Amino acid sequence: MSAAATTEERPAGAPARRVGRLEPAALAGVMSRDVSIFGRYWKATTFSSIVQPTIYLLAFGLGFGSLVKYVGPVKYVEYVATGVVATAVLFSSAFPGMFNTFVRWQFQRTYDAMLAAPVDVEELITAEILWISFRAGVYGLAPLFVGFLFGLKPEPGMLLVPLIGFVTGLGFAGFGVAVAAVAKTIDNFNYVTSAVLTPMFLVAGTFFPVSSLPAGVSTVAQINPLYHCVQLVRDASFGQLGPADIGHAAFLIGFALLMWRVAVAQLGRRLID
Amino acid sequence: MPPAEASDGIEDDRLPAISIRGAVKRYGSIVAVNGLDLEVRQGLCFGLLGPNGAGKSTTMRMLTAQTLADEGEIAVLGYQLPRESKQARLEMGVVPQLDNLDVELTVRQILMVFARLYRVPRAERPAAIERALEIANLGPRADTIVRELSGGMRRRLLVGRGLIHEPRLVLLDEPTVGLDPQVRQELWSLIDNLRTSGVTVLMSTHYIEEAERLADTVAVMSGGRIIAQGTPAELVLAHAGEQVLEVYGPPEHLVEVAELASANGWASRRSGPAVAILRAETLDGLAPDGVRRPANLEDAFVALTGESIE
Repeated sequence: MSAAATTEERPAGAPARRVGRLEPAALAGVMSRDVSIFGRYWKATTFSSIVQPTIYLLAFGLGFGSLVKYVGPVKYVEYVATGVVATAVLFSSAFPGMFNTFVRWQFQRTYDAMLAAPVDVEELITAEILWISFRAGVYGLAPLFVGFLFGLKPEPGMLLVPLIGFVTGLGFAGFGVAVAAVAKTIDNFNYVTSAVLTPMFLVAGTFFPVSSLPAGVSTVAQINPLYHCVQLVRDASFGQLGPADIGHAAFLIGFALLMWRVAVAQLGRRLID
Repeated sequence: MPPAEASDGIEDDRLPAISIRGAVKRYGSIVAVNGLDLEVRQGLCFGLLGPNGAGKSTTMRMLTAQTLADEGEIAVLGYQLPRESKQARLEMGVVPQLDNLDVELTVRQILMVFARLYRVPRAERPAAIERALEIANLGPRADTIVRELSGGMRRRLLVGRGLIHEPRLVLLDEPTVGLDPQVRQELWSLIDNLRTSGVTVLMSTHYIEEAERLADTVAVMSGGRIIAQGTPAELVLAHAGEQVLEVYGPPEHLVEVAELASANGWASRRSGPAVAILRAETLDGLAPDGVRRPANLEDAFVALTGESIE
């Protein structure tokens, strides 16, 4: 089919626009749906994102904090408040990545509907991951606000926290989408939650320093993306950003890129048969 | 004698809206589409008729490149699939067989999302949404959440959603399956309006009446390929003749009639409580007593696809 013949076929005065790869219009279209849905559920989401860190801070910060006053130079309650940022980011990215993807793909067939429109698998998944991460970045701030009530001091470096949360969220949202793509049923997520996510969020320096763990475990913690997120958040929040943080950021960016491609490949394989 | 013309007598040297050549799709040992050739000319309402499992839905999914053919060539609106499928999808509309509406959104929100996905320019989106609401006859329900709509309303919304960008080709996969007669009539007139306004329609269906009423050209699909094609009248004439003789009676008598038919080489089929002998106009004096009626597309369909159910 020659290009000229194709052009002649179009109705006069309506030159069809050309579509390319990873188009902003397609990403915006997919995300506009997420925004509409969010408009319906933001209250519940916001409620849980405030209540969760509050409970952590009450339980660990005050309860456990009566035994442990300081971790290094940092007050324990401030240690937990900053650590829980990573937990909030993890939960608000990995879980939507898994559950929303599975429900929209398998039960609601939303993805089938969108892929019949001029949207590619890559655009669809990229938009979903971007939206989840954006939300995770914003909600990652919630523990800091709660922390302020518990005596955490505002610092200019905290303005970087949404960005850190966003990049971390990209990786975990992609991870969640990839898990959803290979899951046979929604119950399969239990394996991932208990065997991967729970240890991950405990062995990341959220509630206790990784250095206090046995040597083997603390080495494993180095490949935990959440550990790098926690380090970045603390360094930014306590005004201590240094050269080591470039490494943390690079690790998170690498994790995000890797998980993005894995998610596109895995779910793409299942969406297009 | 004039040169052989296309079946509806209209010369057309424009590009076909859809062209499929030698398409094959396998799922493991199952061959869903088996050497399919299909050409849909612009401006027609083309009916893809076939029993369940004939490969109609797989064919529909191949046209949006949601299913990739293992072999063969597919072009939609002049674009080669799957390479240019996104461009093709931009210019066509799809109404799926299965309801894939977002139950958490309102009618208007769904239409807005798809107006964006189909790249309707911002300034034109409100008008596009109003138009789709009108097509779907859902104006008063614009701000209702989809979960609260009836089945018929949801089906109409699927149609409105697929037409939001005024496509010049529309794929309808079993558009009226599971709907009550009133809603079906409503959708039929909607499809007829589309054809009248020059939109090319490819509709898959296993309702014979639907194909007979709406389609300019019908292709009968079985075992993953087209086994017959033409206008409904041509198909009836070619595969069931002009008249059908329906012979009623007790079961023993029907068995006798069926045996008589096969002994004389007459095409016949069970038709509910009767045996229907096709091409009754060609029967000689041996014909048993019965009721003569004009042959219809159902006779042709059963003659083509067989009586057994898989």
